[in-house]
Amino acid sequence: MNATKAICLNFQVHQPYRLRTYRFFDIGENHHYYDDYQNRSIIRRVAEKSYIPANKVLLDLIKKHGKKFRISFSISGLALEQMQKHAPEAMEGFTKLATTGNVEFLAETYAHSLASLKDSEEFIAQVNKHAALIESLFGQKPKTFRNSELIYSDVIGEMVADMGYFTMLTEGAKHILGWKSPNYLYCNAINPRLKILLKNFQMSDDIAFRFCRKDWSEWPLTAEKFTGWIKALDPKQEVVNIFIDYPALGERQGAETGIFDFLKALPAAVLKNTAHTFLTPSELAETLQPVSAIHAPYPVSWADEERDVTAWLGNELQQEAVSKLYSLAPLVARCADETIQRDWTRLQTSDHFYYMSTKWFSDGEVHKFFNPYASPYEAFINYMNVLSDFTIRVEQATGKTAVATSVPTAASRPVPPPAGKVVKSATPRKTVKSAPAGKAAKSTPEGKAVKLTLERKPAKKAGKTPKGKK
Amino acid sequence: MRVLMFGWEFPPHITGGLGTACFGLTKGLLKQGTEVLFVVPKAYGDESQEAVRLINASDIEVFFGEEHITSEIRENLTYVEVGSNLVPYASFEEYERLIEEQRVYEETSVRPVYSRKYDFSGKYGLNLMEEVSNYALVASRIADMEQFDLVHAHDWLTYPAGIWAKHVSGKPLVVHMHATEFDRSGENVNQVVYDIERKGMEEADRVITVSNLTRKIVIERYGIDPAKVFTVHNAVEPVIRREDIQYRKHVKEKVVTFLGRITFQKGPEYFIEAAYRILEKDPHVRFVMAGSGDLMNKMVRRVAQLGIGTRFHFTGFLKGDDVDKMFALSDVYVMPSISEPFGISPLEAMRSNVPVVISKQSGVAEVLKHAVKVDFWDIEAMADAIYGILHYPVLYDIFSRKGKAEVENLKWENAAKNVFQVYQTLVKQ
Repeated sequence: MNATKAICLNFQVHQPYRLRTYRFFDIGENHHYYDDYQNRSIIRRVAEKSYIPANKVLLDLIKKHGKKFRISFSISGLALEQMQKHAPEAMEGFTKLATTGNVEFLAETYAHSLASLKDSEEFIAQVNKHAALIESLFGQKPKTFRNSELIYSDVIGEMVADMGYFTMLTEGAKHILGWKSPNYLYCNAINPRLKILLKNFQMSDDIAFRFCRKDWSEWPLTAEKFTGWIKALDPKQEVVNIFIDYPALGERQGAETGIFDFLKALPAAVLKNTAHTFLTPSELAETLQPVSAIHAPYPVSWADEERDVTAWLGNELQQEAVSKLYSLAPLVARCADETIQRDWTRLQTSDHFYYMSTKWFSDGEVHKFFNPYASPYEAFINYMNVLSDFTIRVEQATGKTAVATSVPTAASRPVPPPAGKVVKSATPRKTVKSAPAGKAAKSTPEGKAVKLTLERKPAKKAGKTPKGKK
Repeated sequence: MRVLMFGWEFPPHITGGLGTACFGLTKGLLKQGTEVLFVVPKAYGDESQEAVRLINASDIEVFFGEEHITSEIRENLTYVEVGSNLVPYASFEEYERLIEEQRVYEETSVRPVYSRKYDFSGKYGLNLMEEVSNYALVASRIADMEQFDLVHAHDWLTYPAGIWAKHVSGKPLVVHMHATEFDRSGENVNQVVYDIERKGMEEADRVITVSNLTRKIVIERYGIDPAKVFTVHNAVEPVIRREDIQYRKHVKEKVVTFLGRITFQKGPEYFIEAAYRILEKDPHVRFVMAGSGDLMNKMVRRVAQLGIGTRFHFTGFLKGDDVDKMFALSDVYVMPSISEPFGISPLEAMRSNVPVVISKQSGVAEVLKHAVKVDFWDIEAMADAIYGILHYPVLYDIFSRKGKAEVENLKWENAAKNVFQVYQTLVKQ
């Protein structure tokens, strides 16, 4: 036992292709789904306020501290695509960071999708596609995996291990940790070969959310204060995993909050104590021994208080949209058309389903912050209009029918209970499925049951390249 | 606490949402332990019989129809009718027409009880303003005779009555803005009506508005001191459905419904334009415009012009069971109002499990979560929302269930509690 602590910094970079207002009269007529103007201006804005200046700060820090300052990035395929097109300066920054050798680039799903919860074949295909892109852009083959929104379960971890990854990041959620601390290395409960890094959400959120809040008791947060907290941790603890959404640096918390000054000062403050080091996730996994397995029978994520997947699959709208989408998977696999494949990827982005969350009715300013729609219903209607058009295209391309849709009318509605009698409200209508058997995801009444729909695939599938993709 | 309340209609004689609102509010107030002395002008030929029945408290159940009347209500609600020609929402043009129609009754009508007693004109007035004044005159006499702690007046027609009652009795006045002249007439406001509204609110000790939208208008366009203006959102009565009645739908197509007065304020033309867009894409939908009003003929012409007559139907004015029946047959209810101080009808649709699309320019949009909200002028968004509900079963389902649950929580009892709190700021108990 020693007092050595490794600080593991990971930054998530992701931008979805937001959908344009797509009316039902567009269905079958117009196949362009995206709000190009909004997507371009958002990536420009975030790049200018966050990616570009933050990249520069990190690059300077690496120059200053040499090998001692080490960081990692997870950048979604869709974010990379959009940066290449609209923010090449940001891309250049990431490339420069890659050449320092101090930066590890992680694999994730290309579309920042929920495929890990819904369709294992699609999940594997997307991870492979993303890994190939990372290798071509940054010259390193990813060894560590970070799922969209830190979504993790035992089964997902097993799939990731089967794909050949050694390390995976997830949320240090209280309900999987129990009395345990996130400040150790853990391993997957099914395949112990996969090391699990757990986000210290307290300290991560201190930087990512609370830093700018003047009503926070610890405001203003300085690098010294933060380092003091690390020092104050139990000496036996080995690692502090700081996982941050990159736009928290400069965009959600603007430069005027002093966030960049904090970042600039942090490494020196941390390294002043010789027992502290910065390590990337895979270095950490090589250096440390897992203290035990972590059990996550149900999927966890880094979202909301619940740290589960209900932000994306918590209500009927989301479950319907996701299951309708993934019911198309077998048909899409037969399509060689490049635009169909492109749209298929973009429509899977988890953000689309996040917009349909009804959780913000009660709380969650965060949901509102990221949401271009006034209500989850509008998000759902718009998405389903797009998906209807996409379905038609896929059906035309393959000559097959995807899913039978039943449309309710007032006639089929249950008669309201007579006054004075207590009758439970009607149960949700079951969706009729006629998708080819195999990998169509089953619709589940509860978000927490989604793990049941996950099929475990043999390891040999890992190397398979997706059909119809370049 | 005893409240002298001036209204203009009371069920079953209702022409708009106001009668229903007054009734719900009054019942809620009675539950708060408030006694209400309700004064309404009467406009139709059957008023005398009604009045006699009303005076005879043992007959009160007949008047209230299906409503269950507790003895508490009988004890605490005094219902007074005053012969008058006041009608809610009446514009001068409508008023002229009304006088013409009702001249027929003039010879045969039996004078209302109070009119004899107070030597109130009893004849149908020369103009609307004279009726308002006559009503105010009678009101002042009632105020002089009765004992009460506070005066509560609903909408401009009763404001002069409220002001007089306040002056005669020295009791505080609460005026209740269910609609403003801007809602009724757009920018072509009637100056006389505007002045009465403003005078009423200036004289009032408290102003209650039915939405924040209305509160904003009251403050910005009437210059009323924000400190005395309170928003109390309306509510809806729980649905009373008889077990033996089951409505069957006779058409296989999905039905989209507009239900309300066919007037400028309600935005009927936007509903028609949205219908046209949907029918272009999907002919298997039927649209119903239920109600009547001064724009009705224009709307019929527009439907003909667009060539959607076989899919677009007019029912005329509906009331009572027919309204429930219409909701039972509907798959989507649309309220495209240009300016709606509150708008109670979407709540009635929702309690019948019907998903609703409402305009953002309505007060009810402030309280509803499980409804699609669009700008009244955004025909495409409106059409898209209707289409979405018709074509995505899960959406229909969630609206149908959660909407009903949501509406069941909007109780008059709660609204009345808020009104009562406003009273309490004026009357020490």
